[in-house]
Amino acid sequence: MDFRPSRTDTTGAAPNAVKIIIAGGFGAGKTTFVGAVSEIPPLTTEAALTSASLGIDDTSQVSSKTTTTVAMDFGRITLLDSVILYLFGTPGQDRFWFMWDELVLGAIGAIVLVDTRRLSDSFPAVDYFEERDIPFLVAVNRFDGSKEYTLDDVRNALDIDARRPIVFCDARRRESVRQALIALVRHALDVVAAETRHQGLLSEANAHVD
Amino acid sequence: MDEEWYDEDAGPVVRPYAVTGGRTRPAANRALELVALVSTTAHGRAMVRSLDPEQQDIVMLCRSIQSIAEISAQLKLPVGVARVLVGDMIDAGLVHVTRPARPTERPDVALMEKVLDGLQTL
Repeated sequence: MDFRPSRTDTTGAAPNAVKIIIAGGFGAGKTTFVGAVSEIPPLTTEAALTSASLGIDDTSQVSSKTTTTVAMDFGRITLLDSVILYLFGTPGQDRFWFMWDELVLGAIGAIVLVDTRRLSDSFPAVDYFEERDIPFLVAVNRFDGSKEYTLDDVRNALDIDARRPIVFCDARRRESVRQALIALVRHALDVVAAETRHQGLLSEANAHVD
Repeated sequence: MDEEWYDEDAGPVVRPYAVTGGRTRPAANRALELVALVSTTAHGRAMVRSLDPEQQDIVMLCRSIQSIAEISAQLKLPVGVARVLVGDMIDAGLVHVTRPARPTERPDVALMEKVLDGLQTL
């Protein structure tokens, strides 16, 4: 199996890249999820916290620099028209939540993987994406013997808005993971459409005022 | 320090920063996103023998298109160091970034629809 696409030149459509964030508590199945659809074996990269700022101007004023590094797992899917989708797993421990800021910049959205045996582990991820208005859905990873909960049970327990998608997902199965990704991109498009409608109404209202 | 606190698992301790001349951000403050796509230019291929080892690695790796994240992972360099190296190599014409680095913007609707189509036919 050839893991690396042989396309080396930039003829045709310029290659483009997008990313989706896979979040959830430690052991919720993030790396399994990424590995199920990735065309490369999931890779791990380390980002130093000092260089995690993407060159945003304010950070040049910061004089005290830490040297901590965090590891992220990621995978890659080459889609049609030279679009490459990267899936990034968030660092597993809560204390690295600030690392997510760089990860989520420019992302289509996020999938929060939930293990119903450790529901509270997903609270930080849900809070994080809600606070930042980042499109996300909740994917309940099916573990053996964990089927006693319905999606409504999980929705209530996590206090998830009725409009937000919540799906079952088996992170080991490629097709299941693919469906979760499709559901997320649909949701992200719905969010954009809703924002556009909202802005349209606003400018209409303003036009009436004028 | 009494004992050796670094080992193979700890990864390179000093070297990446020596490689970049101590810099942790790219020249001209270039913001290269994690998924900015890097590919080797014809000039980069022609120059490969005269380059530093790290630049050689990047030139070889990016003969097929790679993101900053992949360069970092494959060459076992911290992301920030990979950014600095690639930034310099862009300036030297050895590689180019085929995706404009606009790290703070969500993809537009047309691109998201392409992703949706792509996932549906995967």
